[in-house]
Amino acid sequence: MAKSSFMQWIDARLPVTENWEKHVAKYYAPANFNFWYYFGSFALLVLVIQLVSGIFLTMHYKPDAAQAFGSVEHIMRDVNWGWLIRYMHSTGASAFFVVVYLHMFRGLMYGSFKQPRELIWVIGMFIYLTLMAEAFFGYLLPWGQMSFWGAQVIVNLFSTVPIVGEDLALWIRGDFNVSDATLNRFFALHVALMPMVLIGLIVAHIAALHQVGSNNPEGVELKKNKTNKNVQPAGSVPFHPYYTVKDTFGATAFLILFCAVMFFAPEMGGYFLEHDNFIPADLLATPEHIAPLWYFTPYYSILRAVPNPFIGVVAMGAAVVILCFVPWLDRNPVKSIRYRSPLHKLNLALFVAAFLALGYLGMQPVSTLSTEISARLANVYFLFFAMLWIHSRPRGAVFSIGWFIALLVAVTLFDYVYRYSPDNLSLMATSWLIPVVYLTLMLLLPLVTSLGRDKPVPAQLNVRGVSA
Amino acid sequence: MSRIFSSLLIFALALYATAPDALFAASEGGHTESIEIDLQNKSVLQRGAKYFVNYCQGCHAATYMRYSRLAEDLEIVPKLMGQNLIFGEQEIGDTMNSAMSEQDGAAWFGNAPPDLTLIARSHGVDALYSYLKNFYLDPSRPLGVNNLMVPDVAMPHVLGALQGWQKPVYEKSKDANGERVISHLELVKPGILTPAEYDQMVRELVTFLAYVGEPALMSRARIGTWVILFLCVLLVLSYLLKKEYWKDVH
Repeated sequence: MAKSSFMQWIDARLPVTENWEKHVAKYYAPANFNFWYYFGSFALLVLVIQLVSGIFLTMHYKPDAAQAFGSVEHIMRDVNWGWLIRYMHSTGASAFFVVVYLHMFRGLMYGSFKQPRELIWVIGMFIYLTLMAEAFFGYLLPWGQMSFWGAQVIVNLFSTVPIVGEDLALWIRGDFNVSDATLNRFFALHVALMPMVLIGLIVAHIAALHQVGSNNPEGVELKKNKTNKNVQPAGSVPFHPYYTVKDTFGATAFLILFCAVMFFAPEMGGYFLEHDNFIPADLLATPEHIAPLWYFTPYYSILRAVPNPFIGVVAMGAAVVILCFVPWLDRNPVKSIRYRSPLHKLNLALFVAAFLALGYLGMQPVSTLSTEISARLANVYFLFFAMLWIHSRPRGAVFSIGWFIALLVAVTLFDYVYRYSPDNLSLMATSWLIPVVYLTLMLLLPLVTSLGRDKPVPAQLNVRGVSA
Repeated sequence: MSRIFSSLLIFALALYATAPDALFAASEGGHTESIEIDLQNKSVLQRGAKYFVNYCQGCHAATYMRYSRLAEDLEIVPKLMGQNLIFGEQEIGDTMNSAMSEQDGAAWFGNAPPDLTLIARSHGVDALYSYLKNFYLDPSRPLGVNNLMVPDVAMPHVLGALQGWQKPVYEKSKDANGERVISHLELVKPGILTPAEYDQMVRELVTFLAYVGEPALMSRARIGTWVILFLCVLLVLSYLLKKEYWKDVH
């Protein structure tokens, strides 16, 4: 197509056409993306929803401990369509995590983090960490009881650090309690710093993706033309118009669900907006049951499962950080779950189940039993990563039995040093069977069955794309 | 495999969404009854507003609610609003403040009477309804009444003259601590209203509180229906567009 003289003038000064082609019109993506490949584009859509609704909220919100709660109610009542903007933002916060969790799960399922896409995954993890910080800072702003006490609890986690802890917590809060000073700085971080970091990381995430090209549900790479990078690989389609129209359809379906929550159940039964957060923050009245919002509760469970606060904080932090190392743990050359062994599928399923169950327990009040179950689910959560490494290739009997013993000793030693008390001995001994069964399945079963064997991977991608 | 995973995941998410709300219900002592709230009936809301300004607002404020918004949503002519529902020096543009200051409230009752703007959102309409119906005579309390739903509450039974006075009827057996257990309440001195009339009044008052908690509640479901209908049309169109573009692939 001949370029208009206007575009020629622009392109001589700014590489608009070049970038459009490189990243959209001539970015060739595998033609076999399935349902799970929608979530990246949904995440981008939610980001836009959050940025736009956030800007409008900032126009009416007052970051002042005496006025914050009232200004949110002012938005809900006196500002035209203010309730819609506010619900859009609060629903968007939860939607962001739903979408990002499913996006990460897709990556785990199809091995999208594996060579040469390690950096995409690591940058993605930084996005996830930034998002957690963004959500945490933002949740203080309505200045309700849960905002206040949630922030109080989370900031106090830093005070468990030996020696510098108390000073560190004081430095974060800017006061001896969560107060006006804290609210003001959290507001600055929430509306300025974090969104900026987030956008920068997302640009890097997509740039890294476009450098190496997209993975697909088969986990088989597109055959690139070695001499000319601009030739369209077999089995691919140009991102535009194929995936732009497909993502438009997906986005519409997503928006229907989003609007269903936003218009009909913005509180989502207390999971998206907690009931106690409709009571203004009160330093003198601690709520009976403080729970973070649902997207943090799996980690909150891990924190509560360890009696020693500092070790609990370390375990919680490790649970998040370990995800960054997945590309170097799972070194199995087979990318997609479609060609991985039944045991790997079971391992991933158990990991997801443990994560969801930890999330559920994190919302409940603590009991001896729930703490014990959380601790065992945390065992499964962490052992999953060890299994990723061990299942990287076929292992011999000595290796498997050796690791079986080593990991069981590690779990037992942790129990003995950090969790043992005479009262919970029998409960702990019973629940000890959970890691034993898990490790038996994952390490000993492959020795006597073929359940640990991966399937052969096709040499090339057997999908028909379109040629240019 | 991924299909099994996706169905499992959707199932798990559905479980999350429908997980029991028992956690959030106020469940000390008495038994919470659930009620249906209908915000479309303006006369119910108007009567609820009348009860609120006459019986509640003497001590409790609704600080975030403006009289003008109330007049608009409940279709009350501003002049009538000023004559019947706005007391004292307040103007129609003001928020619904109370005659009692927080300091006085705290000094007189031990706790300042809480603001009621968001009470239906923090506690739920069922809890409010049950609370207002479960006051009973208890000579051991400073104001002579107690409440099954919120034991040892500081609030007097403001609606006592309307409901009449209830006495507890105890179970034959005692609990583990040797304390008597209340099985139910019995009306011993009838009030101005019959039990059915009082029940209706409490329902109307609670409906009003649900409205005050979230005025947008009156319109958001209606607007949402249209938005979703629009998106459904768009969904069909975008699906057809996608199908057209993808017909030469696969």
